[in-house]
Amino acid sequence: MTPLMSISFRPALLVLAVMLAGTPAFAQVDLTGIWRNFNHEDWMERGGGSDPVDYLGIPLNDDGRERALSYNYSLLAQPEHQCGLNTPFYGFLDPFGNNIWTEYDEVTGRIIAYKIGAWLDKDIVTIWMDGRPHPSKDSFHPYSGFTTGEWQGDTLTTHTTHMKDGFLRRNAVSSSDQATMTMHITRHGDLLTMTALVEDPVYLAEPYVLSHSWKLDPTLTMPAVPTPCEPIAELPRMDKPGVVPHYLPGQNPFVNELTQMYNLPLIAVLGGPETRYPEFRQKLKDYVPPPICVRYCCGPNADGLNCIIDGSGRPQP
Amino acid sequence: MTGRRWRRPVAWLPAATAALALFSFTTAQAEGQTPVVAKPRAAAPIDLTGYWVSVISQDWRWRMVTPAKGDYASIPITAAAKKVADAWDPARDGGTGARCKAYGAPAIMRVPTRLRITWQDENTLKIETDNGTQTRLFHFGAWTPGHAVPSLQGDSIAQWHLSRAARGQGAPKYGSLQVTTKNLLPGYLRKNGVPYSENAVVTEYWDLYTEKSGDQWIVLTSTIDDPLYLQVPWLTALQFRREPDGSKWTPEPCSAR
Repeated sequence: MTPLMSISFRPALLVLAVMLAGTPAFAQVDLTGIWRNFNHEDWMERGGGSDPVDYLGIPLNDDGRERALSYNYSLLAQPEHQCGLNTPFYGFLDPFGNNIWTEYDEVTGRIIAYKIGAWLDKDIVTIWMDGRPHPSKDSFHPYSGFTTGEWQGDTLTTHTTHMKDGFLRRNAVSSSDQATMTMHITRHGDLLTMTALVEDPVYLAEPYVLSHSWKLDPTLTMPAVPTPCEPIAELPRMDKPGVVPHYLPGQNPFVNELTQMYNLPLIAVLGGPETRYPEFRQKLKDYVPPPICVRYCCGPNADGLNCIIDGSGRPQP
Repeated sequence: MTGRRWRRPVAWLPAATAALALFSFTTAQAEGQTPVVAKPRAAAPIDLTGYWVSVISQDWRWRMVTPAKGDYASIPITAAAKKVADAWDPARDGGTGARCKAYGAPAIMRVPTRLRITWQDENTLKIETDNGTQTRLFHFGAWTPGHAVPSLQGDSIAQWHLSRAARGQGAPKYGSLQVTTKNLLPGYLRKNGVPYSENAVVTEYWDLYTEKSGDQWIVLTSTIDDPLYLQVPWLTALQFRREPDGSKWTPEPCSAR
């Protein structure tokens, strides 16, 4: 080192080192932390779960509707289905929060990925930020799919491919393994809003768009990895080879349940792209609500309200 | 031995201090966004003007139709709110000129509607809904309410936030809109009489996303703070898709049912 370098430039080097040491490496906004889910929308869906045939607001095509109507909940009791994990879209349906952290390149310090933590039945979602390409379309589809991301201003926009066939709603309205998902993740102070846009050439007539917000909560603890799961034969009849619980076309016993409970017309209950636009209310002009709510009437934050919070029909103190 | 000079703080301490200050500033900004001080219309980092349609993917059963009396699911109501809502009578509201109680600023964006967004002037963004024929005015700059009379849509103060990446790089490309609304008449968060009080405060963040297909979406993050009727701020997010024109714009009056 020359004397000039040692005397005049060392302060500058120190300044540079100070600045680089703490700069968030190429990230626009810090998304990391634990984000609490308040479940202030679709509480029943996120809590007890939606009714078996509730496709309200989902832009299903005919195949998607038939696929959903064929679903029998007993399928979940089969050992081969007990330990499966949901697709990354499930983060928009579950009642849990988001645990987000970063992974750095140990040499360059660059952020190479964001991780959205797992829970009981969802896998870690890795959002690759290092520019790697998506695999070929014939590559293996893991539970977490394959996701890349890029910053657009202060919004992290991600693109997910290679998902498995999975749920768009917890009553088994499904997307296919050809579905893709775009997410926009934006932070406003201590709020984090994610918008998912799922496109599926097999089961959806239009993209399915869902937005949801979480709030930063450093006091919350969340697991980072999926809970260990060991499949067991819960029901002997489900453990026999060749048994696949299902409903044949026209035989789903729950198809009229929402019509009976909420007076909703079947044309709305079975979903479709037209059902989610304002003009669909023209087909609901004769709608008369039930006289009073008798199930899942309050929640969350229902403590002390003496309200019906489940399907029992009884108020809870 | 250059170490002697290295240990002398006088030469480099000011520079390091300045660097630390700069670092602290930029790091703080990384967790938020910087308000814009230029003229609001010209400074808009995103173009929200045009026609938009709400796409009802969430809470369909509580938004597309009026839910049953006593159905308060998803809203963190207080016992006081439940008492008011349990006494809801749509016939009374319909007959007393209170048909628009579910169309105030805390509720109107959740109504199935189309939006027409225009600039009323250089400092005022106008949001109109065809459902309920309501108008919200978002005031930028140093605007202050000229009156203290509460109203259905209240007084809304708006400011742009430029994304960190856009600052200092010519015309801004990304950003969002923050709107705070106060001075409201009491009304309903939901058409079945879930109340909000005159002290409710609505905070909104408007974001604009453009897909590869060219489709544009407004995503609206909203919190409603009302200690009388909400146990915690009600936090929601919903979306509107851009429409090519106003051909589907269909004004209709408020309805109490």
